[in-house]
Amino acid sequence: MCLAVPGRVVEIMDEGDIAFRRGRVDFGGIRKDVSLAYTPEAEVGKYVLVHVGFAISVIDEDEAQRVFKYLEEMGGLEEELGEIPQ
Amino acid sequence: MKFLSEYRDQKGAEQLAQQVWKKVTRPWTIMEICGGQTHTIVKSGLEDLLPHDITLVHGPGCPVCVTPIDLINKAVAIAQRPDVIFCSFGDMLRVPGSSKSLFDAKAEGADVRIVYSPLDALKLAKANPQRQAVFFAVGFETTAPANAMAAWQADHDHVENFSLLVSHVLVPPAMEALLSSKNCVVQGFLAAGHVCTIMGYEEYFPIAERYKVPIVVTGFEPLDILEGILMTVSQLEEGRHEVENQYVRATRREGNRPAQERIAEVFEVVDRPWRGLGEIPSSGFQLRERFQKYDANRRYPSSAEPARESPECISGLILQGIKKPHECPAFAVKCTPENPLGAPMVSSEGACAAYYHYGRRQNHDRVQPELSSTPSR
Amino acid sequence: MADAKIMTEFNLSCPVPRVADDRIVLAHGGGGRLTHQLIEKIFMPAFGNPMLEQRHDGAVLAVNGSRLAFTTDSFVVRPLIFPGGNIGDLAIHGTVNDLAMCGARPLYLSAGFILEEGLAMDTLRTVVASMQAAAAGAGVQLVTGDTKVVDKGKGDGIFVNTSGIGLIEANVKQTIGPGAVQVGDAVIVSGDLGRHGIAILSVREGLEFESPILSDTACVWPAVEALLNAGIQIHCLRDLTRGGLATTLNEIASDRKVCIKLEETLIPVQETVQSACEILGLDPLYVANEGRFVVFVPAAQADAALEVMRKVPVSQEAVCIGKVEESPSRTVVLQSRIGGNRVVDMLSGEQLPRIC
Repeated sequence: MCLAVPGRVVEIMDEGDIAFRRGRVDFGGIRKDVSLAYTPEAEVGKYVLVHVGFAISVIDEDEAQRVFKYLEEMGGLEEELGEIPQ
Repeated sequence: MKFLSEYRDQKGAEQLAQQVWKKVTRPWTIMEICGGQTHTIVKSGLEDLLPHDITLVHGPGCPVCVTPIDLINKAVAIAQRPDVIFCSFGDMLRVPGSSKSLFDAKAEGADVRIVYSPLDALKLAKANPQRQAVFFAVGFETTAPANAMAAWQADHDHVENFSLLVSHVLVPPAMEALLSSKNCVVQGFLAAGHVCTIMGYEEYFPIAERYKVPIVVTGFEPLDILEGILMTVSQLEEGRHEVENQYVRATRREGNRPAQERIAEVFEVVDRPWRGLGEIPSSGFQLRERFQKYDANRRYPSSAEPARESPECISGLILQGIKKPHECPAFAVKCTPENPLGAPMVSSEGACAAYYHYGRRQNHDRVQPELSSTPSR
Repeated sequence: MADAKIMTEFNLSCPVPRVADDRIVLAHGGGGRLTHQLIEKIFMPAFGNPMLEQRHDGAVLAVNGSRLAFTTDSFVVRPLIFPGGNIGDLAIHGTVNDLAMCGARPLYLSAGFILEEGLAMDTLRTVVASMQAAAAGAGVQLVTGDTKVVDKGKGDGIFVNTSGIGLIEANVKQTIGPGAVQVGDAVIVSGDLGRHGIAILSVREGLEFESPILSDTACVWPAVEALLNAGIQIHCLRDLTRGGLATTLNEIASDRKVCIKLEETLIPVQETVQSACEILGLDPLYVANEGRFVVFVPAAQADAALEVMRKVPVSQEAVCIGKVEESPSRTVVLQSRIGGNRVVDMLSGEQLPRIC
C-alpha cells in the first residue's frame, strides 16, 4: 500500500499552478508522467519517490549514501581490530 | 534500479545483521506498522539473518485489511449501480465483503476498474460525463495527498460526476492505541517510512516519551529494515527511548509541507473503526465541508448489508502483535487467501496473507544461514 | 491529534466475509491455485484416466510401436497484437512447445478459430500471416481447421485453439515428464523471465519504455532437439506460461513431493522487466512467459546441458537456478538475495487476466 518507487526526472511540464505541474520520470527504463505538485524543488536529473502517480519526496543523494559509509567504516574497523570476515 | 537495488545488497545485509548480533543481550519485541515492510521482511526471509532474541511482529499496517467490512459492502453496492464507473487500487478488489468482493461484482457485470492513481479516476469522470466515477480512497497518510489533490482538482475544474469513498486511517493514533493496551508486547517500533515522508515524524516524540519506546522511522528495502532494527536494538540495549530517522534519503522531520497543506485543506480528522480492532479515536480522515459534495458515502446513502462476525478469527490479537499468524488455529486450515476469515488474510499485504504466501507456517521455519563472517558472541 | 482520549481496551471483532464458489471467476484461468482446483474438482472426476492423470503438458500415446505426443491449447490474449507478436504467434508456439516438452518433434497442427462479428479483416490477415511464418519456422504444417463466428460482444475479436501431434523419435528412450524428476536434479531455465507478461501489460497500462519490451514468444523445439541429440539425460521439460516460473515449479514439486530450492541471485530477469514489476507491484516469478522452459537434468550433466543450450539462439541465456531436494513438506523455496529463505507459493488470485 505504501509502494513508492524511485525514478529520475527527465523532463518537467509546467502548467501555471503548481497543482498541475507534471514531470516525465524514468524508472529503470520505463517512462511515466507523474504529478510534481508536492515536490516544487524537483529538477531534471534529480530522483524522486513516486507513490500512486505523485512524487512525494526528492531523494537526498548524500543521505542515501549514509548506510554504505557506515558499512564501510564497520568493515574497516573490523579489519583493524583483527576480525576479518571469512 | 537506482536507490532501490543497492539496498538489497547481500554483503551489506550480512554486515548489518552481524552488528545486531553483537548488540543484542536479551529478547526484544519490535513492531512495524506497514504492509510494505511486512512484505519485505517475509519475502526476503530477513528474520533468518537475525538472532532468535529479536521477535518481529506486524501491526495493523495494511489499510486494505483494516477497512471495515461495511465499507466494502457499501463499495460493492455503489459499484453495482449501472451509472457508476467504480475505480479502485488493485488490492481492494479481492477483499470479500459480507457476500461478495468488488471482483465478484465485476464478474457479474459491474463496471469496476483498476487504476494506479486517483487522478485516473478523475480523468474517467471527465471522459464519461453521462456516468458517475467513484474512487475508493483507501490508504494511510501516504496516499492522502493524492486523494486530496483529486478532490481539489475536481473542485477546481467543476467536475460534478466524481466522488470519493474515503477510508483513510492514521498511524500514530493506532500506535498509541496499541501501546496503551494492557496486553501490549511491543518494546520498539519501526515507523512507516512513507507515512513519515508525508507527515514528518514530529508526532512520534510525545509517544516515545509517554510510553518509553524507541521509534525509528524506517524504509522498505532489506538494508533499510535491518538498519532500522539495529538502531532500535541499540536504543533498547542502551535504555534510550528516542525518535530516530533511518530513512534519511526520503524523509525529513517536518515531512512534506505542500502535501500536508493540501491534506489539511481537503480533509479533517475523525474517529474511525478499524476492522479487527474496533474504533480508534481521531484515527481517520473525512472530507471537509467544502468538499463533502465529493463524498460518495453521502451521494449514495443506500443501506448496505449488515456485517456478521467470525468467532474463529483472532485478527485483533494478530494486529496487535500478540499472536503470530501461524499461531492461529484457523491459519492455513480454514482460513486461506481463497477463503479468508478475517482482515489480515484478505489483502496481499496483511500479515496472515504474507505469512501464508511466503510459507511461514511454523516457528521452526526460521533457518540460520551461514553468515560470511562469524559473529563473536 | 495524539492527545485525544486513549483507548485501553479493544473491541475485538472481525466480521466474516464469504467467498462465492458457485461461479467461474477470472482467477480460474490464471494458472494458479484456483485453476488447479477447477481441474481437480470438475474435470478430473469426469474424465480421469491414466494419461490425463500424468498432468503433463501433453499426452504421450503409444500407437503401433511409435510414441506420439498429443496436446491442445487455447489462446484468449488481449490485446490481440502486442510488442513482439500477436495471438497467431502464441497459437503456434504454444502448442509446438507443449509437444517439445514431451520430447516430441512437432509435426502437425489443427487450428480452430472463433471470430467475433465486426473483426477487421486486416487483423485476421495479420494473425494468419504470423501463424504461417511461425509454423514454417517450427517445421510444422497446419493440416486441419475450423472457423466459427459469434455475435459482436461475445468474443474478444479472436479466440484460437490449436491442437498438435508430434513424434517421439525412436532413439529417445527416456520417458520425459514430472514423474522422472529425481532428488539432486539441477533445474535449468532457458532464458530470462517475464517478458511476455510485461509486453502485454505495457499495452494495457500504457507503459512507455525507452526501448520496448518484446514478448518472448518463440518455438523452443530447437533447444530440446539439441539436448536430445547430445544424449543429455532429460528428466523433465516444462514450458513456462501464465503463472510464470513459480507456478510451473510448484506443479512439479507437488506432483513429485520434493522441494525445489532456488537462488534468487541466479534467476535471470532483464532490468527493464524488473523495473516494470517494481512499478506495478508484480513478482517476476509469477509473470507469464511464452518462449521459455525449465529442464531437469542430473546434477552431473548440468554443465553439459547448459553448453548445448547456449549454442541454440532461443536458449542462449540458459542458466542453472537451483536444485531438487528431499523434503515432504516444502514445495518451492527461494534463498533471497540477502540470504534469507522464503517459500514460493502457488499463485492465489490471478495477477493478470487474459495474458496468453
